[in-house]
Amino acid sequence: MQIDANEIQKIGKLAKLSFDKKEQEKYAENLNKILDFVEQMNQYDTTGITPMAHPLDIAQPMRKDAVTEPDVREDMLKLAPEANAGLYVVPQVIEDKES
Amino acid sequence: MEHKTLAELSKALQNKEISSVELTQFYLDRINKFDEKLNSFITVCDEHALNMAKAADARIQSGNFTALTGIPVAQKDIFCTQGIKTSCGSKMLDNFIAPYESTVTHKFNEAGAVMIGKTNMDEFAMGSSNENSYYGAVQNPWKNNTVPGGSSGGSASAVAARLAAAATGTDTGGSIRQPAALCGITGLKPTYGRVSRYGMIAFASSLDQGGPMTQTAEDAAMVLNVMAGHDVKDSTCINKDVPDYTSNLNDSIKGLRIGVPEEYIAGDIEADVAKCIEETIKTLRSMGAEIKTVKMPHTKVGLSAYYIIAPAEASSNLARYDGVRYGYRCNDPKNLEDMYTRTRSEGFGDEVKRRIMTGTYALSAGYYDAYYLKAQQIRKLISEDYKQAFKDVDVILTPTSPSTTFEIGAVKDPISMYLTDVFTIPANLAGLPGISFPCGMANNLPVGVQLVGNYFEEAKLLNVAHQYQQETNWHTMLPEGYSA
Amino acid sequence: MSWEPVIGLEIHVQLKTESKIFSGAATKFGAEPNTQACAVDLALPGVLPVFNETANRMAIKFGLAIGAEIAERSVFARKNYFYPDLPKGYQISQYELPIVEKGLINVAMPDGTTKPIRITRAHLEEDAGKSVHDVFPGQTGVDLNRAGTPLLEVVTEPDFRSAEEASVFLKTLRGLIRYLEISDGNMQEGSMRCDVNVSVRRRGAEKYGTRAEVKNVNSFRFVEKAIEYEIERQILIIEDGGEIAQETRLFDPSRNETRSMRSKEEATDYRYFPCPDLLPVETTKELIEEVKATIPELPWEKQARFEADYGLNTYNASLLAQSKSSAKYFEDVIEISKAPAKLVANWMGDELAAALNKENLSIAECPISAERFAGLIARIADNTISGKIAKTVFEAMWNEANSTADDIIEKQGLKQITDPAQIKAVVEDIITQNPKQVQQYKGGNERLFGFFVGQTMKATQGKANPQQVNAVLKELLG
Repeated sequence: MQIDANEIQKIGKLAKLSFDKKEQEKYAENLNKILDFVEQMNQYDTTGITPMAHPLDIAQPMRKDAVTEPDVREDMLKLAPEANAGLYVVPQVIEDKES
Repeated sequence: MEHKTLAELSKALQNKEISSVELTQFYLDRINKFDEKLNSFITVCDEHALNMAKAADARIQSGNFTALTGIPVAQKDIFCTQGIKTSCGSKMLDNFIAPYESTVTHKFNEAGAVMIGKTNMDEFAMGSSNENSYYGAVQNPWKNNTVPGGSSGGSASAVAARLAAAATGTDTGGSIRQPAALCGITGLKPTYGRVSRYGMIAFASSLDQGGPMTQTAEDAAMVLNVMAGHDVKDSTCINKDVPDYTSNLNDSIKGLRIGVPEEYIAGDIEADVAKCIEETIKTLRSMGAEIKTVKMPHTKVGLSAYYIIAPAEASSNLARYDGVRYGYRCNDPKNLEDMYTRTRSEGFGDEVKRRIMTGTYALSAGYYDAYYLKAQQIRKLISEDYKQAFKDVDVILTPTSPSTTFEIGAVKDPISMYLTDVFTIPANLAGLPGISFPCGMANNLPVGVQLVGNYFEEAKLLNVAHQYQQETNWHTMLPEGYSA
Repeated sequence: MSWEPVIGLEIHVQLKTESKIFSGAATKFGAEPNTQACAVDLALPGVLPVFNETANRMAIKFGLAIGAEIAERSVFARKNYFYPDLPKGYQISQYELPIVEKGLINVAMPDGTTKPIRITRAHLEEDAGKSVHDVFPGQTGVDLNRAGTPLLEVVTEPDFRSAEEASVFLKTLRGLIRYLEISDGNMQEGSMRCDVNVSVRRRGAEKYGTRAEVKNVNSFRFVEKAIEYEIERQILIIEDGGEIAQETRLFDPSRNETRSMRSKEEATDYRYFPCPDLLPVETTKELIEEVKATIPELPWEKQARFEADYGLNTYNASLLAQSKSSAKYFEDVIEISKAPAKLVANWMGDELAAALNKENLSIAECPISAERFAGLIARIADNTISGKIAKTVFEAMWNEANSTADDIIEKQGLKQITDPAQIKAVVEDIITQNPKQVQQYKGGNERLFGFFVGQTMKATQGKANPQQVNAVLKELLG
């Protein structure tokens, strides 16, 4: 077993997902199966092979620097679970970062 | 009417044999009648569709129409539609109404097509059976209590049951082609970059591609004519002229070189499926095509590479669903961390969470090289396999899926489910176009064959499929009980 | 025991584009919250980034100006973490393949030496939004106007050995980005933000000590204070037998100290990977040539020219060359006044700089135009007024808009007395009125010479030409 319930909690912390004990075990089992399955990749020697991040082998197109988007605040804030005074509102951020 | 193809309906509309309002009402009635059982739609746009139909009729009257003007089309609920809910099959977006239009649906609107509804799908397009939808499983009209495939299962089921003249799908690892095969329709995944991804909710950005799901190859060509084309809002959408995909449908396939990978012949394919594929090869040969064996040594491991790359990209693409700006937010969050974690744990379904977890793990410190980078190298090898093969052949033929449809709930193990995409995934990894079309029946269930072509050779794939459909009747079959 | 501080800087420079790096939303400073955040900035489902070519050109311009390598291929990656001001849950940033690598900036220090600072890299990325902590009790507000503003993150090698070097470098960098017109470089408005890495080691040691990173230090003065505090804190810990924790710290300007934020051990795993929504950025030789042609004379080139052409010392030349507007003012004044450059440099460095500082104005906001200032300098140069009188004239010009030096000299009768006969008459009077002092002077008390000069100047309300007064006094007193 590469991944245990503890590891699931750790990965869950990064992904902002939480699992109860039973789920932890289920996901650990699932992930281990998947990882065992993808082990197949190691049957192939890929030394010196350039990783292919994208199917397109072209350069990034660029746009002209121009303001094309109008103020859409009212439309957007309507979608928000909570908004006030033109701001999106979330539970207090414990201040470990100053912007 | 339900026996008519999109191409025939288009002519009927233009000849004013029928109005778009009548045609739209016809499909709305069928949805009413059949969809309670099939569950292929998340949203049916009754009023909106009829208004669009009225506008389409006016366009036809004025002579300012396109081939799709007035045609009722179902949109996969992954395409954002302004003012109409776009859920992506998820509780996370159950309340989401986009204030913008996806490029694809915009193009349909411009062409005068009628959006009849938004189709059901696996949550965030993750699945091969459409069982992973927040809105419940979709039924395959061919057999009670079986899956339509996924993730574009709603679209496949709707077209197979003739609840729409055509539908759109998206394909990340087979999500157009596999359900097309399981439902007995034609589905095309275009070359990566042929169709804009703007407003199409991302699953795995380097693999996702939208495409048509239709009764026939000719219909698919007509729909692709609308969908394809450059879009400045999508950096990965290629600026390349769009041909008229209907123009060489009637070319003969005499001399066409069809490659059959020797690796696939030996694969785990249901015997009945394999038989249909052999028959198809015979038919194509009799039509003048030349069948050649090709070597694709790395495609077998494509599935492994895919189940690292797609979850990795997804884990990042789905980070935006955090309960801050739109979509679901959990009740009474105790603090920020609690809001994030409960919103995402409650808002996402099981399979989505599994993939986010897999992807997060594959990208995390210490594992990146062994998983993500290795998978990208395998991807390169697969791409090279194709490059090599296309030196000798024009298209590559395989089954679309190793099996016909299966019962809802029958496949419980995630890996077994993943295996259903073994034939479709390599084309996504390489970014190549692929088409699936009906090629036979096994135990009264449709079987699909897949052709993969070289970059931007959609026209060739459509040509071969169309020619095949001139010789065979598989594409005209309607599941029992779905005649008017 | 002698300690050596080792300091490196990471500077986030907001690029002065009209629109965001990946969207067409505006980037103006100070707009109402969330009025400059479009669907792309808000990371709505299905939206995609498209790269702003001007941001790319600005980064290339910077790279060329510091003699750096410009990457033929740069790649945007995703840096994944959750924070309310980061809408996508990841920041798009050039990671493994940045657009700019290996540059050098030579910094002119006040003591006349030059300090070379190596620039490791400069990469493009998007800014985050802002969290507002003090408006709603128990809750945080999020303003995403800033989200997606283009940033150039400039990373230096740990080449600084003092707080002063770091601060002078930052001023030099600010001068450069303003010259290049790629940023406002305004630390107060956050268009230039600085993180500081500090460690200490025993002098002569080769290995670096464990470093602490101080985040978001928002003024030149704070940068110096934060570094000084850190150096002292770290030395105290080590001398006490303790160990420095590798951690992120925050500078508290109200107490002039840094405090721990979070330690690197629990730092998030950012899971960088190439952004699949964007393709590699390719920079052609043609584009590089095109951008090169837009680079103006750079501050250090101007500085060298000022030294060579005008005989200024390095530091003075660098101060004048630090901003385009001060360099232009300087050269305009020389051109119009035809006065010696050193006289102009001295007057700009003393009177003008002091007056601007007092009112917190930049040279671009100076109430005295270069033309008017040249009028004053010309009168000093041609001896119409003495330096001392010139200060009075300068003050009057500062307070009276559009006034010219000539007007004020004329109106207030400040013209220097240079008529030898007139000066001689005044001096003779002074000698006659002070026989005792004359006797003492002649008896050997040479310090009294100053007394006679003072009396003469007093009698002429300071207008007599001092050189002439000296000469006449020497002649008459023998």
